[in-house]
Amino acid sequence: MSVTEIAEPTEDTSPEEQVWLGLYRQIFRIRSFEERAYRLFMEGLVKGTSHLSLGQEAIAAGFGEAMREDDYTFATYRGHAHTLARGTPMAGVMGELLGRANGVCGGKGGSMHLTSVEHGAMGSYAIIGAHLPIANGAAWSAQVRGTGQVTVCFFGDGTTNIGAFHEALNLAKVWNLPVVFVCENNLYMEYTPIGDVTAVEHPAADRASAYGLESIIVDGNDPDAVCEVATTAIERARDGGGPSLIEAKTYRHGGHSRADPGQYRPDEEVAEWLSRDPVPTYRERLLSRGVAEDVLTGIEVEAAADVDAATEAAKAAPPPAIEAAYTNLWADGGASWRN
Amino acid sequence: MAELITYRDAVARGLAQEMRRDPSVFFIGEDVAAAGGVFKATKGLLEEFGPDRVRDTPISEEAILGAAMGAAMTGLKPVAEIMFSDFLATCWDLVAVEIPKTRYMTDGQVTMPLVIRTANGGGLRFGAQHSQAVENWAMAIPGLKVVAPSNPRDVIGLLAAAIRDPDPVMFFEQKSLYPSKGEVPDGEIVDELGVATTVRSGTDVTIVALASMVPRAVAAAEELDEIGISAEVIDLRSLVPLDTATVIESVKRTSRLVTVEENPRLVGWGAEIVSIVAEECFWHLDGPLTRVTTPHIPLPSADALEDEFLPSVERIVEAAQKVVQ
Repeated sequence: MSVTEIAEPTEDTSPEEQVWLGLYRQIFRIRSFEERAYRLFMEGLVKGTSHLSLGQEAIAAGFGEAMREDDYTFATYRGHAHTLARGTPMAGVMGELLGRANGVCGGKGGSMHLTSVEHGAMGSYAIIGAHLPIANGAAWSAQVRGTGQVTVCFFGDGTTNIGAFHEALNLAKVWNLPVVFVCENNLYMEYTPIGDVTAVEHPAADRASAYGLESIIVDGNDPDAVCEVATTAIERARDGGGPSLIEAKTYRHGGHSRADPGQYRPDEEVAEWLSRDPVPTYRERLLSRGVAEDVLTGIEVEAAADVDAATEAAKAAPPPAIEAAYTNLWADGGASWRN
Repeated sequence: MAELITYRDAVARGLAQEMRRDPSVFFIGEDVAAAGGVFKATKGLLEEFGPDRVRDTPISEEAILGAAMGAAMTGLKPVAEIMFSDFLATCWDLVAVEIPKTRYMTDGQVTMPLVIRTANGGGLRFGAQHSQAVENWAMAIPGLKVVAPSNPRDVIGLLAAAIRDPDPVMFFEQKSLYPSKGEVPDGEIVDELGVATTVRSGTDVTIVALASMVPRAVAAAEELDEIGISAEVIDLRSLVPLDTATVIESVKRTSRLVTVEENPRLVGWGAEIVSIVAEECFWHLDGPLTRVTTPHIPLPSADALEDEFLPSVERIVEAAQKVVQ
């Protein structure tokens, strides 16, 4: 019997409870994965840098649950969570972090560029703001092809101060594109409090009116609230109602990246947000709603086993073949520039 | 049958040819639809293909290229216009960091069949911010194909090839050539990227040129002929892919090379051609490899200054004479 079967809801699980369990499964899987990624970084197995979503899991999970299988996700360099939330297998994501041949990008992308097109994860972009205009393009394509696909584009609070954010929101509204922009406001633009460098209190929501959009703020640590607001925005986009901009308030448990211990943050602030950690608080909520503890434990056991298996698979995978460096620049599979 | 049309009208004809053939080709840019383009190079497209396929955008170059990129990744073949090539600097992240790298970084999970058309180069007294020849910027980025036609026929054939190509293509239209005329055959015209044309045969010196420098190189070759120097002129047509075989074969016969480019002196594309020839046919050479470029200064606007700046027929003749002596 596979571990996956342990956690499957039973036949008498209500549709509502299935959504709750789906959300809990997502946040717990992302949490487990990110904790392992952190450990592997400290062991020197993950190279370069990594930007973790520890503490911010509920946003990727809530949207992942609300999206249709063929919808598009555009993420940032802090994109492990969003890639996993679309169903990308953990082994491929872990392999990419470790620079192995089994990585989702064959080792050419790394932690900041996770992509799995077959799961609708259309890329993680490491230049602030770059992917908002690109997300528009995918939404425009879906619009003219008439497929009903919706594009969801995640970014941080710091992105709201770069030009591409404003160009993208304006065009999305003018062209009435089926796109949902999601600002994960974790209160810090890298090392600097976002409030210190932004003209308005709510960096995304207070800008919405400039583009004819509704101002929407959601508790980004509450999976139910995120899923609800996501469902509304996605369905509106799918029905031709145009774009949305959602600001989800949340908090990083750690620093900006592996180079940053995050010590610039006041202790009381950290303590307050840790008390609102989405994983234990959502677990408590589900128990209080009468969900059986062994069902939750089953989900946790499954996630832990998946992370172990993904780690083992990545460690066992070979590095990419050297020849791979010269493949897939062009559509003909090669990298030649002359005859 | 053939007809005489302008370089400007060839742009609209090439786009229309491909849009009729392939419903996944879309065209966006500033003032391109209702106004027909600031150079009137896209006149008539809105009327024929409608506002869904020919779309005006705000002055938002990042939004334009982002829309093209996301659409290319998901099934369309967009053509995006950046009005002046100088404006590529405002969306350089898309040009240099997103569009050319995403296929490689995802190990081939996405393809990027898009074309960026732009009006490039000097000659119209527009001054330093609307006259740069920047095809060498694009050439420096792995993952971009770079095309620059010199005549109306090639505008159609190379634009068709660029649109049908599954990779991103930077299509540099030389803006001083828009009113120039050339013979264009009837019917569909489709070329291949990476194939240079020997415009004029010769035996004493090979002159390699691109876009507006091609007619000047041909004029120089005619003057050289009168003083007993036989010059071969090669129109590169695309910088990536680069037809090095045609250049090397020619230089092996003539044993001398002059490159003519509109780029400022430092790191213009001529330097790359010279470097390849130096490495691969050094023992065939009988004269110094020579570049004719613009000086390494911003482009000035007054007639007298701009004319001094751009490579002239006289400068090309002088350079060729010097290497043949």
